[in-house]
Amino acid sequence: MKLGYFPGCSLHATAREFDESLRAMAPRLDLELDEVEDWACCGATSAHNTNHLLSVSLPARTLAISEAQGHESLLAPCAACYSRLAYARHALEADPSLCDPVKDAIGREPPTTVQVLSIVRLLADLAPRIREKVATALDGVQIACYYGCLLARPAELNDVGSVEAPTAMEDVVKAVGATPVVWNQRLECCGGGFSLSRKASVVRLSRSIVEDARAAGAAALVVACPMCHLNLDFRQKAIARRSGERADMPVFFLTQLVGLALGMSATELGLGRHYVSTADFVARLSGQEGAAESASEEIKEVG
Amino acid sequence: MSEATATRTPPAVDAFEPKIIAFVCNWCTYTGADLAGTSRLQMAPNVRIIRLPCTGRIDPLFIVKAFERGADGVIVSGCHPGDCHYTAGNFHARRRFAVAREIMGFLGIDLDRVTFSWVSASEGGKWSEVVNETTARVRKLGPFNTYRDLVAGS
Amino acid sequence: MARIGVFVCHCGENIGRTVDCAQVAEACGSFPGVVHSVDYKYMCSDPGQLQIKEAIKEKGLTGVVVAACSPHMHEKTFRKAAAAAGLNPFLCEMANIREHCSWIHEDRARATAKAIDLTRFIVEKVKRNQPLVPISIPVERRALVIGAGIAGIQAALDIADGGREVILVEKEPSIGGHMSQLSETFPTLDCSQCILTPRMVEAFQHPRIKLMTYSEVESLEGYIGNFAVTIRKKARSVDDELCNGCGDCQSACPVKKIPSEFDAGLGKRTAIYVPFPQAVPNIPVIDRERCTRFKAMRKGKKKEVCGRCLKACGREAIDFAQEDRLITEKVGAIVFATGYQLYSIGEEQPREHLSGYGEYGYGEIPDVIDGMQFERLASASGPTGGRIERPSDGKEPETVVFLQCVGSRDPQKGIDYCSKLCCMYIAKHTMLYRHKVHHGRAVVFYMDVRAGGKGYDEFVRRAVEEDGAEYVRGRVSRLYRAGDKVRVCGFDTLSGEPLEMDADMVVMATAIQPQPGIESLAQKLSVSYDKSGFINEAHPKLKPVETNTAGIYVAGACQAPRDIPDAVAMASAAASKVLGLFSNEELERDPCVAQVDETTCSGCFHCERVCPYGAVEHLEVRDRGGNLIKVIAKVNQGVCQGCGTCQATCPSKSVELLGFTDAQIFAAINSL
Repeated sequence: MKLGYFPGCSLHATAREFDESLRAMAPRLDLELDEVEDWACCGATSAHNTNHLLSVSLPARTLAISEAQGHESLLAPCAACYSRLAYARHALEADPSLCDPVKDAIGREPPTTVQVLSIVRLLADLAPRIREKVATALDGVQIACYYGCLLARPAELNDVGSVEAPTAMEDVVKAVGATPVVWNQRLECCGGGFSLSRKASVVRLSRSIVEDARAAGAAALVVACPMCHLNLDFRQKAIARRSGERADMPVFFLTQLVGLALGMSATELGLGRHYVSTADFVARLSGQEGAAESASEEIKEVG
Repeated sequence: MSEATATRTPPAVDAFEPKIIAFVCNWCTYTGADLAGTSRLQMAPNVRIIRLPCTGRIDPLFIVKAFERGADGVIVSGCHPGDCHYTAGNFHARRRFAVAREIMGFLGIDLDRVTFSWVSASEGGKWSEVVNETTARVRKLGPFNTYRDLVAGS
Repeated sequence: MARIGVFVCHCGENIGRTVDCAQVAEACGSFPGVVHSVDYKYMCSDPGQLQIKEAIKEKGLTGVVVAACSPHMHEKTFRKAAAAAGLNPFLCEMANIREHCSWIHEDRARATAKAIDLTRFIVEKVKRNQPLVPISIPVERRALVIGAGIAGIQAALDIADGGREVILVEKEPSIGGHMSQLSETFPTLDCSQCILTPRMVEAFQHPRIKLMTYSEVESLEGYIGNFAVTIRKKARSVDDELCNGCGDCQSACPVKKIPSEFDAGLGKRTAIYVPFPQAVPNIPVIDRERCTRFKAMRKGKKKEVCGRCLKACGREAIDFAQEDRLITEKVGAIVFATGYQLYSIGEEQPREHLSGYGEYGYGEIPDVIDGMQFERLASASGPTGGRIERPSDGKEPETVVFLQCVGSRDPQKGIDYCSKLCCMYIAKHTMLYRHKVHHGRAVVFYMDVRAGGKGYDEFVRRAVEEDGAEYVRGRVSRLYRAGDKVRVCGFDTLSGEPLEMDADMVVMATAIQPQPGIESLAQKLSVSYDKSGFINEAHPKLKPVETNTAGIYVAGACQAPRDIPDAVAMASAAASKVLGLFSNEELERDPCVAQVDETTCSGCFHCERVCPYGAVEHLEVRDRGGNLIKVIAKVNQGVCQGCGTCQATCPSKSVELLGFTDAQIFAAINSL
């Protein structure tokens, strides 16, 4: 299956491992990723708060190029990119009067056909194929699926099931043999956009997420958003300082978890880029005594 | 609103004023039109209502006949699906008109001249919208001359 | 040759201001067949009506057209006037030049032209009107009441007290409905069962009420005054003649852990059971799904297992072989009173347009209960004997959070309407709780408090001012488990602050919904219902207890959320309608019904397939020798309601709707 691919800025920077793991995993699931040429910022950070036309035009341009490249579906792994791209499609459909100004702004016909796809939806749809190809089943491993704010909301853009009780990420986790834990904070806010400006709030919010996942018995958190990953992974040390716990809850991108189950190496999946060590988790997977060390070695090398 | 304001300034003497016949059911749309009246909702004076018990009673031939007799547009309106006073008459009407639309085209009637709508007894506002929209649309299409020309030609 | 009189009404200024009535009268005078055409200030006044009567007599009119207001306003008035002058009333019709003309236009010339057109349509139609005679049908003066909650019981008692027989059908093993489950009732806090059970006994003992519990309506045929209803009397597995209600069978039954429906799942019952101690009739029923013996039988085991109830029964009343019985009864009127159920927040929903509350855990948090469950906790006859204990561990909750509008007024979940009674019963719950747990906190999250009713607002004030209920205006966004508490995340919209608190128990006022299966029952009875499944009344203001099928009335919460006084008032209103109907031996009804032309009907029966009322019957046409020539359609004029769908469907134009014949309608169109 050929898909349009929009990595967005995060996947080139703080969330490089999201991009790496996705690109590495894709061929194993018979996915061909065709990156949108000359893509631009999705407008997630400030455009949608400052200029509505700009906030629609930025993603509309990328979508229009994607359509010109012949994509039926465009994969936007970053939750914020997904939200902006899907919003632009929705806004142009809901309000045709936007079409002319957007056309003027981007210098081409606004998009009308391409469907925006989140990584969660894509992998949930591929769950049967994933199940077939699992090499290292994560049998019985307890995973807390964390959606955050953007994947499920708003309702018009939701492609992960219900707004209040989505299930798509859990479907993927089950497909690799792991057990999604029942926990409370999977839709709460991690602090997202305030990561730099209001660090204390972010730590407070992210802390309750990590602690609730731990209380529910999760061995790891899985996310599909670079901002969530940053706050839960990078900030975990700060959280640990306040809570007195250890910063030992690995936070995986959904693609990394699937990659592990498909038998890919920590290097291929960019696990070494994480702040919270994933070595113990990976070692337990392979089920070998002393494997922790070798995994740890491998991860250190990458880091 | 455009129609309502239009009525305040008399149209030019030779301006085309479409004649539109509305076949409506007694319980929903007729009562909805009554409500539009009691609410004094101003609307285009081009529509003439013929009351029937139910949209189920409306024979597609009524529509054809209306065009033959000089109507430029037709409205068919009844209760919303599920709200029929007679339980199911409007469902039969809906199915009948789904087929009738095809035939209308074959008979040379531009389907834009025919409005099918559901207006309930409480939707006076919606009725005035249906009236104004249909009038505006038919006015744009101009007089329905297909049949008149045929008669003249023969 | 037609002789039509046209009477144009000014309606004071109402018509006269925009329509030139004199011009309309003049124009109409020139229509072929019109022999008399006048305008007058108020046609509906006595002098106006007198003009019509005199013209009919003096000019020998064969038809009357009154161009005035909507026929929904005054058609009856003018038809009566015509009849008084000796003209068949169905030869009088109205052209609507007020609601459909003068009131909605300003341009006088164009409004006048339109009024002339509208009147001409009716003149052309009336020329072809035929004199019609109202149809007389005999009345079977017995009533059927479906549902024996408080509404059904009240309707049955009123009809029976009025001297007519009633069949009261209830699908559950006992009558009493939801009211029997309630603890105390607002706004007086009197005990629900104390006021209900005397009525239940009265209904049971009434010589003119035939009670059929554990029974459901299977099918309905016929029409107003002449219904034939088939009722399925489900197999009770207990002989109701022999059983004396001693209860030995229940004590003997080994299957004891079935969640009790009566206790809203909080208590347990046996497989052979009486739903509650005051049940009427006090005769048990075997739950065949749960009974060990029936389970074994379903699995095909030959050996008879268990049978302890059989051995325990001293009167040999247990009958495992009993089967459902179908009983047909003739009745003249029906009261639809099937009541409500509570919406549940679960993921699975009984109706497609509904969705559950994932944000409240889809009902899987044990200490999150609904209003009915709280009623059972608070009830002295309940599973805890009236002690407020939370379901998870039986502890007395110190903080109880009450959520109003769960489902109600939430289009996201598929319910737009207000459930009306929740504001009141939540206020009651906070009082009952505070009366029993003095140190406890009762916090209510509400959107609005809608306490319209006699003594209702005072009652809510009392909950706040005397019993210390804390009202927080705002919605709760999420409920989840936090240790052994329930974390409540909400928002106080008055202070504009997010709010989080831990509750020991949460009580949700879930929306009032019609009973499951109401749609299929409504279809059997040919009454219409709205998108939520509530039965539609014939008119929201003027016919609140009639349905749009003649002879079928509606009472209680199956029509919309209703509290007890509302349900009882509706029930009495429906009963008075039934008694009014039964005060006649024969009925008269509108003769605008369909009629088949026997000479042209080919017997294709398309009309039968489209008729919503099953009014089309088969008529065998035979020659003199008794040989069958053809089978054709015949419309039962008592059943036909006059929608005319058959006429528009008939391929050979052999069926005509009297009053709206093709000749009449085409004449109107032709006059364009």
